Amino acid sequence: MDGAGAGRLSSYDYRHYPYRRPAELDGKGSRRPVVIAGAGLAGPTLALSLALRGVPSVLLDDDDTVSFGSRSICQAQHSLEIWDRFGIAQRMVEKGITWEEGEVYLRDQPIYHFNLAPEPGHKFPAFVNLQQYYVEEYLYDACLAEKRIELRPRNKVVGVSPRTDGVLVEVETPDGRYTLEADWLVACDGVRSPVRHLLGLPFPGEVFHDQFLIADIKLLGELPKERRFWFYPPFHPTNSVLLHRQADNILRADFQLGHDADPEEEKKPENVDKRLRQMFGPEARWQHEWTSVYTFTCRMMERFVHGRVVFAGDAAHVVSPFGARGGNAAVADADNLAWKLALVLKGEAPDGLIASYDSERRAAARENILNSTRSTDFITPKFPASRAFRDATLSLARDFPFARALINSGRLSVPTVQAGSPIDTPDADADWSSGPAPGQAVVDAPLGNGWLVDRVGLGFTLLTFGKCAFTPPGITVVEIEEDGLVRQRYDARPGTAYLVRPDRYVAARWRQPSAEMVQSALERGKGRS
Amino acid sequence: MLQRTLNLAHPDDIYNAIVDAHKELSEEQCRTFDARLILLLVNHIGDEAVIREALKEARP
Repeated sequence: MDGAGAGRLSSYDYRHYPYRRPAELDGKGSRRPVVIAGAGLAGPTLALSLALRGVPSVLLDDDDTVSFGSRSICQAQHSLEIWDRFGIAQRMVEKGITWEEGEVYLRDQPIYHFNLAPEPGHKFPAFVNLQQYYVEEYLYDACLAEKRIELRPRNKVVGVSPRTDGVLVEVETPDGRYTLEADWLVACDGVRSPVRHLLGLPFPGEVFHDQFLIADIKLLGELPKERRFWFYPPFHPTNSVLLHRQADNILRADFQLGHDADPEEEKKPENVDKRLRQMFGPEARWQHEWTSVYTFTCRMMERFVHGRVVFAGDAAHVVSPFGARGGNAAVADADNLAWKLALVLKGEAPDGLIASYDSERRAAARENILNSTRSTDFITPKFPASRAFRDATLSLARDFPFARALINSGRLSVPTVQAGSPIDTPDADADWSSGPAPGQAVVDAPLGNGWLVDRVGLGFTLLTFGKCAFTPPGITVVEIEEDGLVRQRYDARPGTAYLVRPDRYVAARWRQPSAEMVQSALERGKGRS
Repeated sequence: MLQRTLNLAHPDDIYNAIVDAHKELSEEQCRTFDARLILLLVNHIGDEAVIREALKEARP
């Protein structure tokens, strides 16, 4: 989203990460396997995922601190599972607010209550609300502790020269400019991506004109834990309001303002206070944390891979904020790309494997944009008939349960389905009644004293229900002997096996696999067949 | 498959019931009424192929 921050003081203590004079300025330094532009959510996630696989990277950022403002606050289960590999997810859960329930109101009446994780037996909750600056701080801490990552604050990309076997990246620092030679450049440099602009690549999509006001406040008093969404509430009768709790007793109120609002006027403290006063009543006391008026666009690049330059996160695709699909998609991009880049750099997979990043993550971006656009159209109908159906749905919801399911206040981020990916092996057995199909993310379940997600390795993993009759080379085998949830969630019988990719997506599954079947799916999974 | 032949025992009664239900409603209320009616019936029908066929045929 495009926002104009009001620059209010936040209670968060912004650390400045030290700039150090890069060796290249003194004629030292060598060609790097991976240079990452942008240290937001995607960049550090990618750097850490690569480091786990032994691949060093240089992580460039034009400023020297974390996200200004809380921005992407809903961290989804799948993102937490990814960050858990760096040892920082538990810290996020402890610092953040765990929520799985939500309430939708029409005027002053609750009409719809939802629970995102009705089933227990997952290591991580459906969502943890935590301000982006904390998430980035924890990611930076992990990056600084990792010798394979060189985090370079105040290093701004100002030139990109693609070569057939690499990229020359021109970087500006307080001490002057230098050139970095890289095998791969990954642009994680946000919605205004300088790398995209430097290469003159288009970013087509749809512009939405409705304006929204974010007010992050520290409210002194009892705070709701669940997500609350109002259509036409008494305290903002013409539009919608979304309320979310964050860490440090901070609340985010997100007011829909309409097309014609004057952002400068709306952002004035006295005007924000007037809205909050109506919302929280005469007794409430609060402090301002961050205020921003934003509009948004839904856009995606036509291709995410341009030779040796790869785009990820907001640089490649942006959505409306409804559904928490921006930050979480960026993290999924990074996780999808990391293992593929690592295999290609080690010579274990052809360059072509990166093409599957492009097709899989573009499919994911399309799904996110579709969901996000539908939510946006429901929340801000664009023509009279659209509004009539929206209002009809809301008015039916109290008495007719079916209408509650039609209320779209944001379809919240779940791992996207990458069906039909060229590197996955389609089902040959027809008798699956459930369980994650090829192209779907694995589903967590308790396993022994721990969790299934913890048993999926950094390479390919074969989950077998019962003993594995063969030893597949290059694959970690996890033999599952126990009954219970894990069997249900995988529709497992004795002999059932799932080949899981390093990003915890299912590559293939069988009722009774042979060594050859597994080997062939592995070859395909690495882009080698 | 969308029903193309008569499926109502008392067609005149139902037709007039629909029209009469709009009497004394403003244009805006008519729109809300129609939207509610469509949503109620669509959920009752449930068959997505039938609904999509009707959506196509209903275009003026």
